[in-house]
Order: sequence, then C-alpha cells, then structure tokens
Amino acid sequence: MKARRIAAAFSLAALASLLGPNAIAQAQSADRVLRVVPHSNLAILDPIWTTAYMSRNHGYMIYDTLFGTDEKAQVKPQMVEEWSANADKRLWTFKLRKGLEFHDGKPVTSEDVVASIARWGKRDAMGSALMTFVDRMDTPAPDTFRIFLREPCGFLLEALGKPSSNVLFIMPKRMADTDAFKQIEEHIGSGPYVFKRDEFKPGDKSVYLKNTKYVPRKEPASGSTGGKNVYVDRVEWNLALRDAQAQVNALQKGEVDILEALAFDHYESVKKDTTLQIPATAPAGLQYMARFNHLHKPFDNAKVRQAVLAAFSQQPFLQAQVGVKELYRVCPSMFTCGTPYGSPFGSEIQSKSNMKKAQELVKASGYDGTPIVIMKPTDLASIQKLPDVAAQLLRQAGFKVDLQAMDWQTLVGRRAKKDAPEKGGWHMFLTAWQAHDIWNPIANAALDARGEQSGWFGWGKDDKLVELRNQFMREVDDAKKKKLADAIQARAFEVGTHVPLGEYVQPVAARKNISGFFVSNGNLYWNLKKN
Amino acid sequence: MLATIPVLAIVAVLVFLMLRLTPGDPAAILAGDAANTEQIAKIREGLGLDRPLIVQFGIWARDIVSGDLGESFYFKMKVTALIGQRLEATLSLATLTILFAVSTAVPLGVLAAWRFGGWFDRMLMGFSVMGFSIPVFVLAYILIWVVSLKLGWLPVQGYKPISEGFWPFLRHLILPSITLAVIYVALIARVTRASVLEALGEDYIRTARAKGLPESRVLIRHALANAAIPIVTVIGIGIGLLIGGVVVTESVYAIPGLGRLTVDAVLARDFPTIQGVILFFSVVYVVVNLLVDLSYVFFDPRIRY
Repeated sequence: MKARRIAAAFSLAALASLLGPNAIAQAQSADRVLRVVPHSNLAILDPIWTTAYMSRNHGYMIYDTLFGTDEKAQVKPQMVEEWSANADKRLWTFKLRKGLEFHDGKPVTSEDVVASIARWGKRDAMGSALMTFVDRMDTPAPDTFRIFLREPCGFLLEALGKPSSNVLFIMPKRMADTDAFKQIEEHIGSGPYVFKRDEFKPGDKSVYLKNTKYVPRKEPASGSTGGKNVYVDRVEWNLALRDAQAQVNALQKGEVDILEALAFDHYESVKKDTTLQIPATAPAGLQYMARFNHLHKPFDNAKVRQAVLAAFSQQPFLQAQVGVKELYRVCPSMFTCGTPYGSPFGSEIQSKSNMKKAQELVKASGYDGTPIVIMKPTDLASIQKLPDVAAQLLRQAGFKVDLQAMDWQTLVGRRAKKDAPEKGGWHMFLTAWQAHDIWNPIANAALDARGEQSGWFGWGKDDKLVELRNQFMREVDDAKKKKLADAIQARAFEVGTHVPLGEYVQPVAARKNISGFFVSNGNLYWNLKKN
Repeated sequence: MLATIPVLAIVAVLVFLMLRLTPGDPAAILAGDAANTEQIAKIREGLGLDRPLIVQFGIWARDIVSGDLGESFYFKMKVTALIGQRLEATLSLATLTILFAVSTAVPLGVLAAWRFGGWFDRMLMGFSVMGFSIPVFVLAYILIWVVSLKLGWLPVQGYKPISEGFWPFLRHLILPSITLAVIYVALIARVTRASVLEALGEDYIRTARAKGLPESRVLIRHALANAAIPIVTVIGIGIGLLIGGVVVTESVYAIPGLGRLTVDAVLARDFPTIQGVILFFSVVYVVVNLLVDLSYVFFDPRIRY
C-alpha cells in the first residue's frame, strides 16, 4: 500500500510538472481574463504619432481623455469636471476632476494636459485646425487650464472630445513633450487599464491589467464617455490569430472571448450558434468611399467626376462587398446617416441617378478615353470587391478602365504619389472610414478642398468648399452649423470630391457569457463582465 | 566555412535591392489612413529613407558587420530582439516536425522497400502522392475540424512556451507539426524507399542474408546504413523547405514565430526586419547544409574533406 501511495504522489507531481507551474492558477483565474482578438496587429504604441485604429484602441485602454463623444454624437466631459466660456467665447476655462492619477502614481495636472494638447495639435487634422484658432494656453492652477482663442471657434469641444484618430489622449508632460514626429518611449496613462510593457510582443499579444486606482465617472458608459468600469483583472489581445476561419474556430471552442471583426462570410453561422452572440456595439458603422485623383485628367474635370457619381449607385457595392442585408444600408450622405449632420441634402446627382444619365454625362463631359487606373487591393477582404464593381459600372457608363491589382500596402504607398497615372500614379482608390472619422465637415478628410495643401490623397480643390468649411469652423450656433454642413455636402456632391458608396456595420462576435456591451466604435473594453 | 561569407553577402545585396525596387512605402503605412503627404514625408525622413540608396546600404552593411541587424520601422524594436522573441516558437515547431517526419518516414520507406510491389508499398506511394498534393492550409483546416472542434482533443490555435509546462507546450504543437510534417513524410519516405530498394539489390545484402543474419539486421544495419546519404541530404533540403512551410502553418495556427513575423514585416514593408529575417534564414540554411555535408563522413567513412 505504502509503495502505491508513493507511486501516486510521484504521478501527481509528474502531472503537475507536465501541466506547468502556471496552468492551474491560470485555469482558476480564466474568468477574470478577457481574451480579445482585435481586427489587426498592434505595432505602433503612440496613438498621436499614427492614425492607425489599432494604436487608437490601445490608447483608449491606457489613457484617458478630457471629453468624449457619446452614442448620440454629443460631447460629454470625461477627465474634465466643469468648464466655462466667457461672453465672447474666446476664453475657455476647464477644471479637472479630482482623483486623476497616472499609472506611475503621479497626479494628472493641467501642465500635462496643455503639453498633450500641444503635441496632438501638431499631428491631428482637427487638432491642427483648432490650433489655428488658439492664441495661447495657460495653467492658473494644477487642476485648471485655460485656452485663449483669437476668435470664436465652433468645434473646440468636438475637437477635444473627438472619438477617433487622432484622439486627444492625456499623457504625462515628460511624454507629451516628445517631438510630435517621434514616437514616445514610455506608455504611462491615467486610463482604466495599465499596459504590461514586459508582456507586449507585437504579432503575438498585448496585455492590459485593471488600473485599481482608476476612479470611473458615475454616468453609464456610452461611446467614449461615461463610467469606464472594469470588471476583469486582465485583458489579453491575441495579435497572432488573424485567419478568419481560425478566429471563429477559436471562439466556438472558447479559446477566445471576443472577435472584434467577424468576417461577413461567418456571420450566419455565428448567429445560429447558441453559445455565441453578435452584440450591437457599433451601429454607426463604416462608410465605403471612392476617391478621385483631382490632379490628373480626366478627374481634374468636375463634369467627369459627376458622371461617376451618377454611375455609382450604392446598392451594387454593398451587395457585392457585404452581402448580408441586415449589415448594410444605402446612405446618400457624405456624413454618416443617423448622426447630427447625416442627411441626403444635395445628393440627387448620386441618389436619383441611373446609368442612362451617367452615360449622357460622360458624353457631355468631353471625356477623351483616358483609361481610368483603379487600384484594387487583393489582400484586404473588407474592401477588395469594391474596385471590381466600380470597374464594371464605369465601363457601363462609357469609361475605359485599367484595374490594377496590388496588395493594400502597395496601394497605401502609391496613393501618396502625385505622379500622372501612366507614370506610376493613379485615378481612383476605394476605402472605408469609421463613422466617427467622417461625421462632421472638419473630421472628414475628403472634404478638405485646399488642393495640394489639403494633404489627403486625391488633393481636391474648390475655393467655395474651403470657404464654407471655414465658416463651419467659426460658427458656434448648432442650427447654423447644421445648415452649413448641408451646404458643404451639397457643394461636395456638385464638384464631386469623392463618392460615398453606402454604409455597413462591422459585426463583433462574442461568447454568450460576456455581458455589458455598449454602443461605441466597437473596440472599447470597459464595462464588460465575464460570467 | 569561408565560402558562406560570399553567399551571405550576395543574399544581403539582393534582399536590399529587391526590397527597394518593390512598390510600397513604409512611411505611408506607418502614418495611417488619415495622414497627409507632408506627414508621410516627415516620417520618411525620420526613417532615413530619403537618403541615397548607396548610403542606406552602407549604413546597413556597416551595422551587420558589427552584429546589429538594425531597428524595425514597424515594431520599433531591434531586429535581433524580434528574432529572439520569435525564435523559440519556430524552432520548436520545426524540430517537432522534423522529428515526427523522420521517425515516421524512414521506417515506412524501409518497410515499403522491403515489401516492394506489395499492398503496403502501393499504399505508401499513394499516401506520398496525396502528401505532396494537399495544400498545407487545407490539411490544417481538416485536422482542426476533426481533432479540435469535433473531438475536442487539442486546441485550435496558439502557442505556449515550454516555460509554461511541457504538456501545454506540446499539445499546442501537435497539430501544427503533423500538418507541416505530412509533405516531409511523403518526401523522405519516397527517397528512403528508393535508396533502400537500390541497396537491397547489392551483393553485400545477398552475402548478409547468406550468412543467416536476421532480416531486421539486414535491413537496418546493411541496407539502411548504406542508403543513408541520399536520405540525410533530403532531410537537409527539407529543413530549408520548412522555412517556407512555417509561414502558412504559423498563420493558420496563430503561432507567433518567425514565419508570421516575415509576413507582417513584408505587409508593412518593414525593410530592416525583412532583411534581418532573410539573412537569418540564409545563415540557418547554410549551417544546416554544412552539417549535412559533415555528416556524410559519419555515414560513409570513405568520404574525406
């Protein structure tokens, strides 16, 4: 008997060593670990240096923001307790709420805030526009900062609380003082999670621990506002799992908890699986867009661009690319439908058009038969079918088309080139924007019509549009801003800055035992419980 | 050994030039979708990509000589550190694959040669045709569906380092290793069969049998030992081919190894990482071939270098 007991003890010891020192402990705490598969890889850890969504999402985990934008596109305070503007709206005073602390234990001060605004203002499009209004900023008290404007600005709070890249994340002054064109070396924020730098392996995993000192707001979570309550100890982003089929397999088997970007092909099978759910986390969704290169013929001619607008009915693009009816919607707006500026105003050239009209417009435009170079990304499943539809519709309208296949990163490099299409340039590319990046005339890069000065690829130029946009920036009355946004959209359709191709929702998939989802951009990981 | 230096130098020049001639701009990729041309130009300048090609190559070559593969544009880490981070997973996968392939294929090949023309031989030849033909990712999905999803025996994805326990380490590598090994089993089994078959026709085999040696001893001690050189050569080539195979396998099974790193680096046009990884793979390939050459002495004492 004694020999058997000794043998049993040895067997157990051997089993424990096989299982590994951490395996048992990990199994016990698995319900406190949220395992997420993000939509892409995380490589750049500075959310101000790049506009990449993954870097933005990483920023939301570890940094906090002065303001946020809720699910109804309303700006709400986050780190700010109270704020006021003087009578002529040129002096704004902000007071930070109590208890804000960076992960290194140091308090968040107004000096940190001012330095963060300054760095962000050098990189972000809306931030740069804001800085043209800012005369100076000062810090009369450690919890108070002031912004002095040269003239009233109609989007100050929208800029400070903008929910998408580049988000104004507040960093310690020593980090925020880094040259805006160099990446930060430290990753200390005051947000709901602490970044585990020692466990970060790009292409493998990124780990975040609950910030136990974080004091959430009392309001419910909504968009990037409200209480950032954390109910798990640890969030692990699985950066290695990027094959769509393997992602669904892992979710079904319970090896991961959330898929940030469920492939459309798997939507129906996941919907039928009783152990899984598809929460409505980002109903605002994304918008597909076709962008012209305004520098070269034939798209340097507004009449040719209008012919394309007439030819590009949204339905075929949505049907081919998304396919699942409940995930897409036709939206003849350059802003996102369902948000404050989303409306069909002035969109008739596209929304009430048809192929016959497009053919007439092509003939009337004086199009000389130049083949349209469309760049088609073959490796980006989320948009790869759009160029085929565009090519077919253009041919039907009477254009010659040169559809050139390439990988997305080649496209990204090539679209920055201003050379003529026959010398390595391009005529058209198609892409998708998250709702938050296009839902107002300042954030929407395609509406910046300052020509080559505007910077965003395509370099559209229209003085009237620039003037309307400038008026929008200065307008502080909401009703007048709405009218200006309508006017901007109507003008953009008239001159054909780009073509909106409809909207879709990117489904998120999760295990049934995850609760607490709320409406946001779909990539925020507070408020979630694992039962 | 000295002959490896020009080989590596040629690889270095070719990789450097090919990357620069390939379309794609690392600065535009790093800047993100909403960046403008001015911001991209500043990033390009920061990365040193605005300098003449010859200057860029000179800096890189100088650093390599001092053992520094440079810093990744994309991951903002030293390339040597990145390779170090990913090496364990790939090395583990490759080692298990080769072990599995050799331990399965060699006995199968010997048996097929011994039973030449019989049902076992025909079955093995059929299997090897299938092994060559079936794409790695198709086999991977079939195995995942059967073994992981239906039977629930093994995880569908991921990698656990050996420091987290031997069993978690092993169970995450069983399916990827089998997936990757199938083609090598087919290749090595065929070569083993052919080599042993040839050896079995030799006079010394007849002599061994005439002496009354047991058949197992004839097969292993006499036939296999004399057929070893082509088999070892194929195994060496197989290790080279394995480098390509891990790229797909690591992607399907979400293993954060060098294959996955290569894909990420190529997609991001991360020149220093691509250059570093390819140079590293070249060194591995050269070393493996050197070891194979040296092993000939062991298997055939008549060979002298």
